[in-house]
This record gives sequence, structure tokens and C-alpha cells, in this order.
Amino acid sequence: MDGMDEIIAEFLVESHENLDQLDQDLVSLEREPGSRELLSSIFRTVHTIKGTSGFLAFGALESVTHVGESLLSRLRDGEMTLTPQLTTVLLEMVDAVRSLLATIEASGGEGDADHSELVGRLNALLDGARAEAATEHASAGDQPEDLDTPPPSVVASQPLIGELLVERGLGVHDLTLALVEQEIGDQRPLGEILVDDGVVSLEDVSEALQAQAGARRSVADSSIRVDVDLLDALMNLVGELVLTRNQLLQRAATRQDAELQRTAHRLNLIAGELQEGVMKTRMQPIDSVWSKLPRVVRDLCVSLGKSVRVEMEGRDTELDKTILEAVKDPLTHLVRNSVDHGVESAAARIAAGKPAEGRLLLRAFHEGGQVNIEITDDGAGIDPVALRAKAVAKGMLTRAAADALGDREALHLIFAPGFSTAASVTNVSGRGVGMDVVKTNIEKIGGVIDVVSTVGQGTTVRIKIPLTLAIIPALVITAAGNLYAIPQVNLLELVRLEREQALTRIETIQGTPVCRLRGKLLPLVDLRAQLGVPEAESETTFIVVLAADGRQFGLVVDDIKDTEEIVVKPLGKALRGIALYAGATIMGDGRVALILDANALARQAGMVSDSAAAAATATRAADAERAALLVLGLSDGRRVALPLGAVDRLEQFALDRIERVGGHEVVQYRGEILPLVRLNQALQSYGETAEGDPMQVVVCQHRGRLVGFVVERIHDIVEDELAVRTHLDTGGHQGSAVVGGHVTELVDVEQAVSAIDPGLLAPVAVS
Amino acid sequence: MSVQYCTFRLDGHLFGVPVASVQEVLKQQELTTVPQAPPEVSGLINLRGQIITTLELRTRLGLPARAEGAAAVNVVVRTGDGDVVSLLVDEIGDVLEPDDADFEGPPETVPARIRALVTSVCKLDGALMLVLDTELAVQVGTAA
Repeated sequence: MDGMDEIIAEFLVESHENLDQLDQDLVSLEREPGSRELLSSIFRTVHTIKGTSGFLAFGALESVTHVGESLLSRLRDGEMTLTPQLTTVLLEMVDAVRSLLATIEASGGEGDADHSELVGRLNALLDGARAEAATEHASAGDQPEDLDTPPPSVVASQPLIGELLVERGLGVHDLTLALVEQEIGDQRPLGEILVDDGVVSLEDVSEALQAQAGARRSVADSSIRVDVDLLDALMNLVGELVLTRNQLLQRAATRQDAELQRTAHRLNLIAGELQEGVMKTRMQPIDSVWSKLPRVVRDLCVSLGKSVRVEMEGRDTELDKTILEAVKDPLTHLVRNSVDHGVESAAARIAAGKPAEGRLLLRAFHEGGQVNIEITDDGAGIDPVALRAKAVAKGMLTRAAADALGDREALHLIFAPGFSTAASVTNVSGRGVGMDVVKTNIEKIGGVIDVVSTVGQGTTVRIKIPLTLAIIPALVITAAGNLYAIPQVNLLELVRLEREQALTRIETIQGTPVCRLRGKLLPLVDLRAQLGVPEAESETTFIVVLAADGRQFGLVVDDIKDTEEIVVKPLGKALRGIALYAGATIMGDGRVALILDANALARQAGMVSDSAAAAATATRAADAERAALLVLGLSDGRRVALPLGAVDRLEQFALDRIERVGGHEVVQYRGEILPLVRLNQALQSYGETAEGDPMQVVVCQHRGRLVGFVVERIHDIVEDELAVRTHLDTGGHQGSAVVGGHVTELVDVEQAVSAIDPGLLAPVAVS
Repeated sequence: MSVQYCTFRLDGHLFGVPVASVQEVLKQQELTTVPQAPPEVSGLINLRGQIITTLELRTRLGLPARAEGAAAVNVVVRTGDGDVVSLLVDEIGDVLEPDDADFEGPPETVPARIRALVTSVCKLDGALMLVLDTELAVQVGTAA
């Protein structure tokens, strides 16, 4: 019985692979209904499953695949054309086969699910086709069709003998004739028919047969199936080997034994190569996950009445199997989201001047030892204004906190728990339990997720994940005598400050220590404080600059050791609740080191936060120093700057366009009345004014309403230049900084407006 | 068929755990402390390449801390779900095989913190052995 079980197990594995291929082929076939290549591939797959299930006596499976096969042979021979209805039924057949296989896998038998209804429907389609065929091909139709005749066995082999002969110059028409002869009962092999018809030579046929056999053998001989558990075990062993090697290398380095040194060095090289090799065996192309997505999209499109074309780039990008498994669900979710929320209905798309068919692009590529996956749709995009409003409506943020969010931060609101922008909850998505789970799952495997969107043009979700989880390069640091490892993915650079340097370069802004690094301010997090351990007395300050969640921060540690390849080992249950640690590892000297989770560190220190409200304040604290600014000139050469994020447009208005409403100056602007604020007055700059004609106006969006600031000059847009700043408040309420070599006052939009008229921007119900 | 118990001493009490649940007994190992961990966790040890969480059983049972510098012993136990945890005890005792009839429920006078982790008490000649529930004893942090 054992031998039989093995055969069945192999059949299951093979069939599951084939089914995935089948899904993909059927969906592509819908796009190219005429492709004989696709049809042949589908036919072969179904035929193989049917053949084997017959051999293994799985009657139900055989009956389902049998009708499917008959239907497909019609399609292949051009007697029927593929309709969406037909595709749906064929996909249903694939599902039925899949569920049968699952039952066989679980129970060893086929179970008692009834598939006769599906078989009936397939037969009905077949009958319809047969009636048609009878009229069209009078000669062929005269022959009674016997569905139980197995199709010619040559067809099932791979590649097709007919195809090989066509490559050798056989006319397609001649081949079709021969195939029809076979179909209507000619028992001779295809090659023989063709030779008898005099369209190919005997040599050509025997050559083609040899090529066919050769192709089959080379595929079978060059690869074997390996149990994933075995690979996992191998990977663990290699991990242990790497650790042992590290220990040996460290020992050998202290001895004056040249022979030992050489041997250790050789061991080092071999272990490195072995590690790489074993890692490769676990790599799989991302296509193994992607291949399921076109089917998902198709089913979704059918139920939503949309039309979306899926394109893929970089499907051979390889990833560790464990990681691949971990990103499968998040990817599927993101794709469903894009189709459901991103891509608009055909009518809306046409109205927006886009092609009726939506486009979903999946891209994968390697970059810097990491894998990037992008999911881009050309749908409606995500409106940050709507997101802010939604966050306020849900009580997640205050109005002010929401307004303070930049567009990029606002987009990240979609990852907040309980946040859904869908107007209505569909059965596909919109329950608000999706994106935060996606984000958590991606972060769990050490990945980062980001979203970029342009209203009206589409959305791109970008995921960055490490290649493998098992063995990672890490930086070893110390705190309070203990060793800690920081994954190198998060590492940007190392900074070492002597006492005098530290005094001048480390400052405190609103309670947050920051370090001046090449003109930028880097927020600092003290590891000792986060861990609650005493700091070591030291002349030197060591800072590890880390990137986590798209932000940078400096981690202050006692000492920086070396980089080392570490093997991540899970922590025991008692310690699993502590987010700071991603696991533990064993160092070269046999000591245990905890692995720090940079994201969790940043979060605990209040740098980034899952709760949107905290994120808003943290963003302001961390990002205010690096914001892009619009630098403006007031009277007396005074310079002020507005955050660029608040600026909508720069305009010039002729003086005679100014009208007055009550005490306010307004202009008519894009079908709205735009209130004007003279920044000179708002900031009490009463020098010689030369606001000129036309007036320079900075149109800002604030709380969903427009306001125009009248300035003398628009100087420049400056980024990343807030090296020196004071909190000297000059009416702008944001302090001053040196921007582009000039002392510049930073203006808060709200304050500037309310200085003139507190009621001007009071919330008014505006559609 | 009676069960064999591995015994150890903690603050004058005699405790026992079924021999089948004990993987090994080690002298005190180099510990890596874990900041932010629950107070019962004394640290991590490297047991032949495996990283094992070590719990201070005195803290777990609410007993006073061990005297400064006094050596402890690691009793490495394996729980039902395959987790391996090391328990720090004062000193290791003999393996005993008491009669099934000598067991009874823990008396009311045993402090509550200990009683919660003790399944039964065995009356030995001149001593009482408290049978420790290892499954409960290693539940720290998540359960506490």
C-alpha cells in the first residue's frame, strides 16, 4: 500500500502544480482566444490529470476531467470558440478538480461531493458545440462521436510531435487534416498518417520523435522533488555550521598556529558557499505566488462588473520560500483592494478619459539585497483630503492633527487599524480589517510597506522585504555589558563623537535629543534608556543611524563591535511579548545576543507609531526639521517660509481684481471667492511695502478651504536646510531657522490667518 | 507503577518534578540578561547552540531572593508543547520513587503563590515533597 500512497502523493503534487498553470492559462486564453499554444497546454494538463486519475481509479475526478477534456479538444480544433461563459465553466471545472484533489489528500478517497451538475453543464455546452459542428463540418459530423475514445496519446506527450514537425517545415494545414483523420477514427499514429500523406519524410518524423524523447528526458533528469522539511532541516544545520564557524574563527585568530589559521579560513569559505547553495535551493520565483493572481482578478472583475488587465514584470525574481509564503496573503489582499477600490467602473473610467479596461501592474525586482514588490493600478487614486476627513469623522484624529499631516503621512492612514475608505462595505473589502493586517504581516518578516498615490491617476503600493530570514548580516553593539545585534537592513551609517564634538553637535529640541549630521537634524534614541539599563561611562558617544518605517533616527549605544552573520533563533514563550526583540542569536564567543527590532525601537521611542494621532505629532517633531519650504520675501527684506505641503499654487493677480467683502479683500478665483491675507500685516511687518502690481499670491489649502497670502516676492523652494534654528518667535509661531544662508521665519498657516481674522477659517459647511 | 521524581531544594522547601519532564540538570551557566523582561526571567543561556530562557523559580514562587553569590542549579525542563525552559533552583536532590498512596492535595497552609503551582504533596519520611506543575510554572509574561 505504501507504494500506492507514494504514487498518489506524487500525483497530488503534480496535479496541484498543473492546476495553478491551468488557472493562469485559462485566464490568458480569454485574452488570446485563438492561441493554439495555450489551448494545447491546457488540453495536455487536463488530459494528464484525467489519465492518471483513471489509472488510480478516482472515478469522479476522471468523469469531471473527461468532459472538460472533450470540451477543450473542441476548442483546440477550432470547432468551438471561447466565450466568457465557457471560461467560467472551465474554471469551475478546475475548482472542482482542486476540491476533489483536496479531499483525496485529506481522506485518501474522493468523498461524496456531487459534481454531476457541473458535468451536466459541461456536457450541455459540449452538445451545443456538437450540433454546431455537425452542420459546419458535414463530413466529420457524420461520424458518431464517441466520447469514451481516449484522445490520441501522442497529443499528451510534451512537446507535441505535430509542433515539432511544423518546426521542421510541415504545413499547419496538412497537420490539421491529419489530426482530423485521427479524430474521426484513424488509429495510425500521427507521424505515420503524415508520411503516408506524403507531406513529411520518414527521416523528419524519426528526428522529431528523438527530439521529443530528448526533451522529455532532460526535464525529468535535471530536477528532483525535495521535501521542504528536508530543506528547512538543511538550512538549520547550515545555520549551526555558520555559528560554529564563527566561534572557530574567533578562536583561531588568537592562536599563533598557521596551519589552524589556514584550515579555519578554508572552513570559512566552504561554509559560506554551502550557505549560499542551500539558500538557493529554497529560492522560488515570485511567479509561484503571482500565477494565482490573474484568476483572483478575473473572478473579482466578473463579480464587480469591471474589466482589469493584469501585467507582470520580473516574475522570475527569486525569494526564500518562507518569505514567499508569508507575502502570499498580503499580496492577494492588496491586489483585491486595487481591483475593488482602486480601479473604477468602466463607465467612470471612460468619463475620466481613461481606457475602459483598467490596468494592474505587478513588478518585482532585487535592490540592495532586498526584494521590492510593487502593485500599481491606474484607478482613481487615494485622496489624502478624503482620508483626513475620514480620520476626523472616525474620531481617530483631531482636525488640527489631521491638517498637520502631509499627504504622504495621510496616505499611511490606510494602514491604521479600523480604517476603511470604501463608501460601502462589499464582500470583497472595505471592512477596515485589511490594510493594517497587511502591514503587520509585512513587518513581521522584516519588510516595509509604502503607498504612493495620485488622485485620478492611480496608486502604487511598494513592499520591501529581505531575501531570506534564516541567516542575516547584523551589526553587534553593546549596552550595559550585553551584546545586541541589529539587522543590517536597517543600518545606514555609524557615527562616533568625541566628548567635545558631542557637546556641540547634540542638542535638545523640545525635549528630544537631536544630532546635527551633515546639515540635517537626526533625532536620537538612547538604547540604554529604552532598555532601562545604566549607560557606560565613556569619553565617546556611539550613534548607529538606522532607517525604520521610512524614517531615520540615531540609536545611542555603549559601544559598536563588529558585523557578523547571525542565525535568528526564536525567543521562548515568556519573552515573546516584548516587541523590542526580534529574536536571539549566538555570537562567535558562545554568548547569547538579543536581536533588536528597529521598527519596534522607533515605535517605543515615539518616533513612529501605529496610532495615527501619535504618528501625526511624531511626524511633526521628526520631520519639521527636514520639511520642504517655500521662501517668501516681505517688506524690509524680511524672509519668511511656509511649509510647501500647505501651498496649493502660486498666482499673480492684477490689483484691480481685488474686491471687498466686509473688511476682507477677496478675488474671484477658479469659481470660488478667495480671501486674501496680506502677510506683511499678519506678521506686523510695517516697513515700506512694495507689494506691486500684479500681486504675488501664494494660494494655500487649509482645512479644505483656500486662502491667498499676498507677499512681496517669492524667493525659492528649499529642502533640508534647517541646520540652525531658534525658537525666537516673531509672529510666525514656528521659530526661525537659517534657510539658504538667510535667517528666515517659519510661518504657521493657521496662526497667520487668525492674526488677521480668527473667523476667516472657521469651519463652514462646504461641500 | 509509581512515578520517579527529580527533587530539588528552594528556600528550605523540597520540590519534585516528574523525571520524564526533566531534560537535564546543569550547574550555573553564563546568563545573558534580558532588559524589559518579566521579573521571573533571569536571562538566556546557550545550551549547545539552543537558546533557553531561564526562570528564577524563587521569584516565580514568591520566595525571597537567593543570597548574593550563592550558586544556583539549572533544571532544564521540557513542556508539553516542546518548549524547553530552565528553572533556577538552590540545589538538586535525589531521584525519589514514592508510593502513590503517600500523595494528597496541598494543605491550606501552603502560601497561595506556591499552592497555585503545586499539584500535590507527598509525605516522605521526615519531609514533605511539593510536586511542581512545570507546565504552569513556565507560564510567565503571556499568562501573568
